[in-house]
Amino acid sequence: MKILAEGQGKLVGWHDPDEQREWVSKKSRAMVDKRMSIHDAVEKFVHDGDVIAMGGFGHIRISMAAIYEMIRQKVRNLTMLGKTGVHDIDVMIGGGLISQVEVAYCFGHELRGLSKCGRNAVESGKVKVISEISNAGHQWRFLGGMMGVPFIPTRTMLGSDTLRKSSAKVVEDPWSKKPICLLPSANPDIVFIHVPRCDKFGNCQYDGYIVEDFELARAARRLVITTEEIIDNERIREEPWKTVIPGFFVDAVVEVKYGSHPCNMPGKYYFDEEIIGEWLEMSKTEEGTKEWMEKYVFGVKDFSEYLEKCGGIEKMHYLEKLERYEAPLKAPWLEKKLKAGGKK
Amino acid sequence: MAELHYTKTHLMAITAAKFLKDEKSVFVGTGLPMIAAMFAQRTHAPNLLLIFEAGSIGPQVKTLPISVGDSRTGYRAISVSVMHDNMSFSQSGWTDYGFLGGAEIDMYGNLNTTYIGEDWNNPKVRLPGSGGGNDVASLSQGFFIIMRQTKRNFVKKVTFITSPGYLSGPGAREAAGLPANGGPLKVITQYGVYGFQPDTKRMYLESLHPGVDVNEINANSSFEIIIPEKYAITPEPTNEEVALLKELDPTGMAIGK
Repeated sequence: MKILAEGQGKLVGWHDPDEQREWVSKKSRAMVDKRMSIHDAVEKFVHDGDVIAMGGFGHIRISMAAIYEMIRQKVRNLTMLGKTGVHDIDVMIGGGLISQVEVAYCFGHELRGLSKCGRNAVESGKVKVISEISNAGHQWRFLGGMMGVPFIPTRTMLGSDTLRKSSAKVVEDPWSKKPICLLPSANPDIVFIHVPRCDKFGNCQYDGYIVEDFELARAARRLVITTEEIIDNERIREEPWKTVIPGFFVDAVVEVKYGSHPCNMPGKYYFDEEIIGEWLEMSKTEEGTKEWMEKYVFGVKDFSEYLEKCGGIEKMHYLEKLERYEAPLKAPWLEKKLKAGGKK
Repeated sequence: MAELHYTKTHLMAITAAKFLKDEKSVFVGTGLPMIAAMFAQRTHAPNLLLIFEAGSIGPQVKTLPISVGDSRTGYRAISVSVMHDNMSFSQSGWTDYGFLGGAEIDMYGNLNTTYIGEDWNNPKVRLPGSGGGNDVASLSQGFFIIMRQTKRNFVKKVTFITSPGYLSGPGAREAAGLPANGGPLKVITQYGVYGFQPDTKRMYLESLHPGVDVNEINANSSFEIIIPEKYAITPEPTNEEVALLKELDPTGMAIGK
């Protein structure tokens, strides 16, 4: 195959498919109780320098409990595959976890505006962007990783600078003779995914909004599941078609109710815009970020104490109502935006 | 001057909505594109198929979502699928329209949402990157661009082609391997609506917004926007249209107050 162009971005997370098969061959298929604390899961499965990806969608179904614990344990030098990184990557950068990022979407908070924390880190050189990619591109890297092939051909990114700064290559398609983009597969070292429910063996059921977790879970070298609820294995077997991630892909299961807070958990609770707003405000400066970490991460002993600090069960019930369209949205960042006059 | 019954943002959103034809599919991004698609669905295009990159297909969105992936995107949807599905069927041609914005644009509709500055390694301003933008620009049958226009962001050369417009001109997309006959259809700003000339792929004035002096078009652009002898005047939104827009975004998240 003739190589027509090569991206200059750094290749991360790629493994020779045979090396990946060998890795996979050593993993257990046993149905064993995989429950443990978030402390133990992070200590056991996350290593400094790992290539990491988070399930969900940046601020939807995010394993926040895992992020806070990684910050507490002072994990360092992670390379983040920033597939729609929103609140997850921003807090991770603020917590000092990340030194390199492959960017599909990062340093933004969608309608809320740009993320000052992540942006400052890149502009000051503290965090290095090593390659660019698109959202479909990232997700297809995981598809390749799950399929056990070295690359996925696609027609996206062609002709753009996104491709020129990616780790993809352009070749001549042997059939159509047209240029086609080859995305290198990815098998991240560690992946955290927050799910609505699973059993103690890690068999996970979803209620939609899977995004790219199907591919990512299967591409992961180590996979930690945090879950709203642990259910009996019988329930899994009664409706096996609801299983999105079978347990043998899973290394650890951690039960954390409201574990995606302040992010959205579809079908359960909506965004806590007050806490996200406080983060956006405080994380504008290094001192503010530190203060926020002291308050919400280092200043609490675990996730339930953190939830208490965020308004406890009363707040959680409000977010549940909000998810069901039964309460109005309270968003300090929005009030500020409108007060400033917005766009006329 | 008398206070108008609409803002420039209202005009942009409503004008954009009118381009979305019924029984077509549109891949929707955060903010104004969402509002425009919701507006179209409630007015002239009840069978407009909304597609969100995180997986939702065919929703009848009730209130403006904060994200293209949050649970609001799935309200009365026909499917909450996965990104692989929605991106793949876009690649195979099922997505008629995309809808994008950008921090910078050039005369061929190339968009930058990656960084501003001299050097990618040391950006002056780091922006979010492609997200699904490049995929929408690459894989949709065509796409609309909605953004505020200033001399600073309508530039001769974008710092970084995050998402491809017509690249360097006619034939460049196909030569790069992008799906045939794609590319930007129109650009909607606070001054007017621009199309792309079929032979040059350069931006030209298609319709001027009411109350705008035609000289403002090029006074607020660093590249020349072609002004043909004949161009239309964009219709003003009606009171009812503005009221509907406010109903769809009651908090003013995307359209302001």
